[in-house]
Amino acid sequence: MRYLPKSPADRKAILEAIGAGSIDDLFAPIPAQYRLNRDLKVPRQMAESEIVDWFRQRSKESGLEYTSFLGAGAYMHYRPVIIDALISRGEFLTAYTPYQAEISQGTLQAIFEFQTMICELTGMEVANASMYDGSTAAAEAAMMAVRVTGRNSVVIAKSVHPEYREVLATYAQNQGLPVATAGYAETGRLNLREVEQAITADTACVLIQSPNFFGTVEDVAAIAEVAHKNGALLVVSIAEAVSLGIVEPPREADIVAMEAQSFGVPLGFGGPYCGVIATREKFVRQMPGRLVGQTTDRNGKRGFVLTLATREQHIRREKATSNICTNQALVALMVNIFMNVYGKVGLRELAKQNLAKTAYAAEQFGKHAEVLFARAPRFNEFAVRTTEDPYVINSRLLGHKLVGGLPLKKFYPELGNAALWCCTEMTTRSAIDTAVGLLAESEAEEPSGEHVVEEVAR
Amino acid sequence: MPYPSDLKYTKEHEWIKVDGANATIGITHYAQESLGDIVFVELPKVGAEITAGKTFGTVESVKAVSDLYAPATATVTDVNGELATAPEKINKDANNTWMIKVTLKNPGELTGLLSAADYEKFVSEEGGH
Amino acid sequence: MKQMTRKATRHVNQNEGLIFEKSSPGKAAWKLPPLDVPEVDTAELLGASERKDLGNMPEVSEIEIIRHFTRLSTWNYAIDLGMYPLGSCTMKYNPRVNEVVARLEGIANGHPYQPEKISQGALRIIQTLSDCLLEITGMDAITLQPAAGAHGELTGLLMVRAYHQAKGNPRKKILIPDSAHGTNPATAAMVGYSVENLKSNERGMVEVSALEAQMNEDVAALMLTNPNTLGVFEQEIHKIAEILHAKGGLLYMDGANMNALVGKVRPGDFGVDVMHLNLHKTFSTPHGGGGPGSGPVAVKEPLEPFLPKPVVVLKGDGTLGFEYNRPQSVGRVRSFYGNFGMFVRALAYILANGPDGLRQTTEDAVLNANYIRKGLEGVYDLPYATPSMHEVVFSDKVQAKKGVKTMDIAKRLIDYGFHPYTTAFPLIVPGALMIEPTESEGKEEMDLFIEAMKSIAQEVEEDPQTVLDAPHTTRVSRLDETAAARKPVLRWRPRQG
Repeated sequence: MRYLPKSPADRKAILEAIGAGSIDDLFAPIPAQYRLNRDLKVPRQMAESEIVDWFRQRSKESGLEYTSFLGAGAYMHYRPVIIDALISRGEFLTAYTPYQAEISQGTLQAIFEFQTMICELTGMEVANASMYDGSTAAAEAAMMAVRVTGRNSVVIAKSVHPEYREVLATYAQNQGLPVATAGYAETGRLNLREVEQAITADTACVLIQSPNFFGTVEDVAAIAEVAHKNGALLVVSIAEAVSLGIVEPPREADIVAMEAQSFGVPLGFGGPYCGVIATREKFVRQMPGRLVGQTTDRNGKRGFVLTLATREQHIRREKATSNICTNQALVALMVNIFMNVYGKVGLRELAKQNLAKTAYAAEQFGKHAEVLFARAPRFNEFAVRTTEDPYVINSRLLGHKLVGGLPLKKFYPELGNAALWCCTEMTTRSAIDTAVGLLAESEAEEPSGEHVVEEVAR
Repeated sequence: MPYPSDLKYTKEHEWIKVDGANATIGITHYAQESLGDIVFVELPKVGAEITAGKTFGTVESVKAVSDLYAPATATVTDVNGELATAPEKINKDANNTWMIKVTLKNPGELTGLLSAADYEKFVSEEGGH
Repeated sequence: MKQMTRKATRHVNQNEGLIFEKSSPGKAAWKLPPLDVPEVDTAELLGASERKDLGNMPEVSEIEIIRHFTRLSTWNYAIDLGMYPLGSCTMKYNPRVNEVVARLEGIANGHPYQPEKISQGALRIIQTLSDCLLEITGMDAITLQPAAGAHGELTGLLMVRAYHQAKGNPRKKILIPDSAHGTNPATAAMVGYSVENLKSNERGMVEVSALEAQMNEDVAALMLTNPNTLGVFEQEIHKIAEILHAKGGLLYMDGANMNALVGKVRPGDFGVDVMHLNLHKTFSTPHGGGGPGSGPVAVKEPLEPFLPKPVVVLKGDGTLGFEYNRPQSVGRVRSFYGNFGMFVRALAYILANGPDGLRQTTEDAVLNANYIRKGLEGVYDLPYATPSMHEVVFSDKVQAKKGVKTMDIAKRLIDYGFHPYTTAFPLIVPGALMIEPTESEGKEEMDLFIEAMKSIAQEVEEDPQTVLDAPHTTRVSRLDETAAARKPVLRWRPRQG
């Protein structure tokens, strides 16, 4: 097998050196009744060209030539080519976790710079080296709030990504952690009155997303006030990182749980992505995830190390702040490079383009259907309600190689025939115009009366 | 090393200095030596109740965390604030660096503790010191 | 001798600063195409929510970014450079075809919510990988949703809990051997279980009589790594499974050490009820400096209803789709479907190997570990005489007499051009040296490693200070971890004034 660097002669020499008659001797510890005496029923060994062909076929069967208007927690942004050029270097790609600092300074310094930039963008004081994704970052941030406050319940906004809420529910149910949901107002923003009602003396945190699932920017300061006056922390989840280029970061938050996928991470059917947790310095010892710190070596030279490791599983074991071990390091490096490419000025320009494309699209759609939540600022997503079932509209779009907005009825049935549309800097005016035209056609016709559902209802 | 004879000791390497109904608590030289460079100490707040034999905080080195066990049931009256910024004081002089001051609930409980001589014996058996 | 000109000096040790130290207003590495829609007034659109300042975000050019990260990369050790003898990490070759197929456009750019009709390729990748992993493990059903091993442990234990809950009693404890990886107890606590330690016997295996004594109806499961962290196969696994099952408990297997088993034996055949796999270990997906990984969880039929949702199903019309109607599911453990990019890589690895390659790989992994064991026996203390599978654990007992510990030996190994082995783990071996070469090492590299370890042992006898002061040849040496923990500096700050 071509990945194995041993010749038959080598194997023979090694067996002799060990004093074993055959390789079977070395597997003798496995009780005979369990030893496999047949080949595994997996596809036969393929040549490299066959492997590439196999996956090329799968690539063709995966919506290759379609233009998509989907967002909802995963965003199509342009990926500068130097990202892959750099992360494909073997010294980054095939390096281990930087526990041995002397021979991992490349990884460690990169993470230190990453932590710094996340702080600058989010308005927080300290950031970790990554979590699995935005959903688990949000759940772990809530757990962290519980540890910090010593309280035992969470209030979460209904306008937080439905899958993020599901993940929190999964984590929370086994910690005996009650979760109350506060709904959204007509503006699409969190209903402050509902939060006030849901908060108790045992609320550890209020968890919101901004821009929220509908693309609407929340009034973070007002929500922070409500949370803080009740002794609860404010956790803000950010699913669309590019928004940080033009939308004021949640400086009033106590913990920010981010999804950094927008920063140069391929959509890739949902993963690997890049969660991050950022917070105030006073909470650092309750943070999950790896942290890189600056220090000096015995010659006074600046260097970097993993630090505050006593929070983590390999030392604290059952009292650890989290069980996380492997994180999303290589993906965080992609994010790092992306942030460097765009930088202080580029991130703002990139965000502005997103804003402009979306504003145009919303205006055009608004001529033929109802654009919801128009009375609050939004970033690059908006909800459109049609008389026709959005699945039917999307079918029509699919015929023109367009993937329409995400129908919302499976998550928010109260919104009826609404769908969530996203435009980024990559969305062309021509695609928007075509989509609007097809939607307009559909709306002009009699409603089909169909109730098509792509996937089985949740 | 000789341990101060006016202190009492636990098998978990805490010391306690009694003064009537009040007491001062810290960890022993042996404890700090086993831990290595101490980087962080987590102590209870003033007013907290601690229970004999149960943990009341932790002490951390770079690579390990150790629980602190209460030698007696008491209420915390003072916490050594210096340890928040200079935990290395414990490494320098553990037997004389206090962590918390308390008011004892049951002064009678202290009879279960080790004298300096007994503690020295215990430590030399445990660590081959 | 003529003085070398500066230009000819090696760049590898160049003192590359932080990217912020290169930043200067007006430098840029980006350019956006012109807007094809009208410009907007951001103040009007966003009002008070408009961000005015991006603080100290850097401004640098493209070549500076390329040089910065290229230089940084030269400070890293990597599998591409040489062996990582890290125990239970399985640092094997990361095949490059994996990287190529992961970047094929349809695969790389698919949105997780795109209609199933145009996602059949992705669904087929998930299905094929799932089938292969089930065949390899001998289990009945699988989820690919967890993002890493620890995440898989969490998912597995959530299912254990759900299983017991469905029977009317979630139970209270998880038994964990004292040789276990730290994620095991950390995970048990996250699922609301208390942890009870299980002692190992003098052969480094689970003390079966202890298990018998500790097993009762309060125990939900035993979390076992097999082979365990000593590299030893639990030969009484049948008895272990029996004891658990007799009292309604489940056997959870941490699959971190699957590299010793693939193609030779299947956990599903020896009594495992639920287990996780580490695609970034056994299945060659790259470690990337700490992640991403992927931690699929495979189960036996009785636990199938509790799998996270959605699951992939074959629909009536012959196409693949996601099924969400799973009333007994433990829910979601993350958004979307898992680290799909790692599924692609793991599947490419399986296809590149086929049944014979997979078996040969496992055989070579075990062969290599035993070769190193033979080479170092007598030089380093071997605490357990039990046969090793794919990894071997020595201790620093002999060298400790000269005041040299495992961490010191590990640091000296760096001077010989190797990454250290795993130090100070498993906890049941004081001063452990945990070594797993994997199948990716040839005889030449292993001989170099054995020579290096022998040389260090000799240095310990003759000149221990050299070992204690190591490493001598790296850019930085013996970084002050105490200062880093006492006064953490976790971000760069611009100089004031």
